[in-house]
Amino acid sequence: MVAKQTKRIVIEPVTRVEGHGKVSILLDEENRVTQARLHIVEFRGFERFIQGRPYWEVPVLVQRLCGICPVSHHLCAAKAMDQIVGAERLTPTAEKVRRLMHYGQILQSHALHFFHLAAPDLLFGFDSDVSTRNVFGVAARYPDLARQGILLRRFGQEVIRATAGKRIHGIGAVPGGVNQNLSPAHRDALRGEMDRILEWARAAVRLAAEYTTTHLDSLASFGSFESNHLSLVQASGAMELYDGLLRAVNARGEVIFDQVPARSYTDHIAEEVRPWSYMKFPFIKPLGPEEGWYRVGPLARINTCDSIDTPEAEAARQQFMKLTDGKPNNNTMAYHWARMIELLHAAEKINQLLHDPDLQGTELMVRGARREEAVAILEAPRGTLFHHYRVDQYDQVTMANLIVSTTSNNEPMNRAVQQVAATYLSGRPEITEGLLNHVEVAIRAYDPCLSCATHALGQMPLVVELFDCQGQLVDRKQRGG
Amino acid sequence: MAKPKIATTSLAGCFGCHMSILDIDERILELGQLVEFDKSPINDLKRFRGPVDVGLIEGGCCNEENVRVLQDFRRHCRVLVSLGDCAIMGGVPALRNMIPLKECLEEAFCHGVTLHNTNGRIPNDAEIPLLLDKVYPCHEVVKIDCFLPGCPPSADAIWEALLALLHGKPVELPYELIKYD
Ligand code: SF4
Repeated sequence: MVAKQTKRIVIEPVTRVEGHGKVSILLDEENRVTQARLHIVEFRGFERFIQGRPYWEVPVLVQRLCGICPVSHHLCAAKAMDQIVGAERLTPTAEKVRRLMHYGQILQSHALHFFHLAAPDLLFGFDSDVSTRNVFGVAARYPDLARQGILLRRFGQEVIRATAGKRIHGIGAVPGGVNQNLSPAHRDALRGEMDRILEWARAAVRLAAEYTTTHLDSLASFGSFESNHLSLVQASGAMELYDGLLRAVNARGEVIFDQVPARSYTDHIAEEVRPWSYMKFPFIKPLGPEEGWYRVGPLARINTCDSIDTPEAEAARQQFMKLTDGKPNNNTMAYHWARMIELLHAAEKINQLLHDPDLQGTELMVRGARREEAVAILEAPRGTLFHHYRVDQYDQVTMANLIVSTTSNNEPMNRAVQQVAATYLSGRPEITEGLLNHVEVAIRAYDPCLSCATHALGQMPLVVELFDCQGQLVDRKQRGG
Repeated sequence: MAKPKIATTSLAGCFGCHMSILDIDERILELGQLVEFDKSPINDLKRFRGPVDVGLIEGGCCNEENVRVLQDFRRHCRVLVSLGDCAIMGGVPALRNMIPLKECLEEAFCHGVTLHNTNGRIPNDAEIPLLLDKVYPCHEVVKIDCFLPGCPPSADAIWEALLALLHGKPVELPYELIKYD
């Protein structure tokens, strides 16, 4: 409903191109923003159509939700199915091959987001020329940087291929273990590239740090707000991406809960449904929907952990935390810097694993007493990912509940959109193309993968329509057309 | 001579096919020299600027927006390619075709174990495009000229097919590049 005395603006990002998401904004008679919403318009129905499928099919099937981070779904489902087949503890080879696959995924996904997607905004400015604000524009102006980004991503994809059999939608993880170890040939080929990968990862951290600190004044107020933060951590409190315990802290860094095992997640996390989006709104249950919403992803992970267990990423983390005197950093645009610290961490972890003889071990699978229910959690590139299944005696899935990473950032992205819209739209009669990109820049900081089947790829095309209070179109701006 | 133009879109797909396009790695830079990108999620172009030589479609049609976008691609592209299994036959999203849509929505929004949805509402705002009864492969909606199988098709398959199409040659991929999975 269009309320009286308001104007309605519709920003359609990828929606009309890919059917994935759009923003609507309401203004009052003085052109002040009264409401701004990010709508997720894609629906798959996975929770229902997975029912009746055999459990061993799930790790290869569920990754088709998302071709950008398929390894995350592949591994999270495999971790759940380990429990179903009673594999309490994997062999060292299986666990490490999976971890290697996961770090490859973190590295490729973070490189893709930073260099292919976000870099044009950061290098050229939020309202720079639309025709060069893309990866080809970056390649023309900064050829070395573009090449490094492409080769960093390529390396991550090659790590995935060596462990999963295929770059996209691999089959390496199976219930109870993995179906191959890392061959010496693959190991040696990857080792040969390691030095320059580490060098470029360090350079990426420097670039992101420099960008954030030199633009700190403008970025500090850009779509930023205080929030809770959630992630997995190790028992020691160190950062953990593959298999740990849940920890949540508030905006001041006080612990809300800690060391929560996956199986208890329903005591701590609930999801709200709002009629205007297919994406649900998760919150910390005891705090309720109003107070309990939280952020996930690179920024949240750096905020919740006490340390990082690789030396160079830990040094980078300490530098990052200095900015806020060791308290959580609530700056939306700091996601980019945090993401690059994780990229370096992933590169260091890959380097360690490539020198670990367990990766060439031959014990790949374990089995134990069957179970009927399983919950698995891991840290996907975009944040905490929950998979929960029930499997009956005929091996068929009877229940699936998934909370994908981007879903947890639903409320934060909506807040970022509201804030940027209020700052850059309020009181302005005319909408410029640069304004549109500001709204996108705020969304893009979260590296969203909407409905986990969407457009993390690329610059989102936008249409903004301005209506008067009778619903008459008064202005329409379309980017690029 | 003006560069040939290509356009890409993702309908009801997982973006894996677009990722496979990026998996051509350094050849992305070559591609940038070779062609001009019209409408695509990798740039900021929203509407077609004009006719395009080759359009790549990822994903089938699961809602009305998908249909509209696909028709728009057909109007603008000389050669239209169904890229990957979702575009060719609906793929994993079409698993819902066996089940009434209402059941899918209720499972997602009314039955989930973490749901806090006391009045059982299902998203229905006017801002959300209408879902189709089923997920449809692209060739049931518009004419498709070329089908590239795989989930996703490999980067090399996409590269070879694209080069052939841009040069107006028949697409003859070696056996190793054709992958059905
Ligand atoms: S064909 Fe496979 S990779 Fe391509 S969109 Fe469909 S599920 Fe994703």
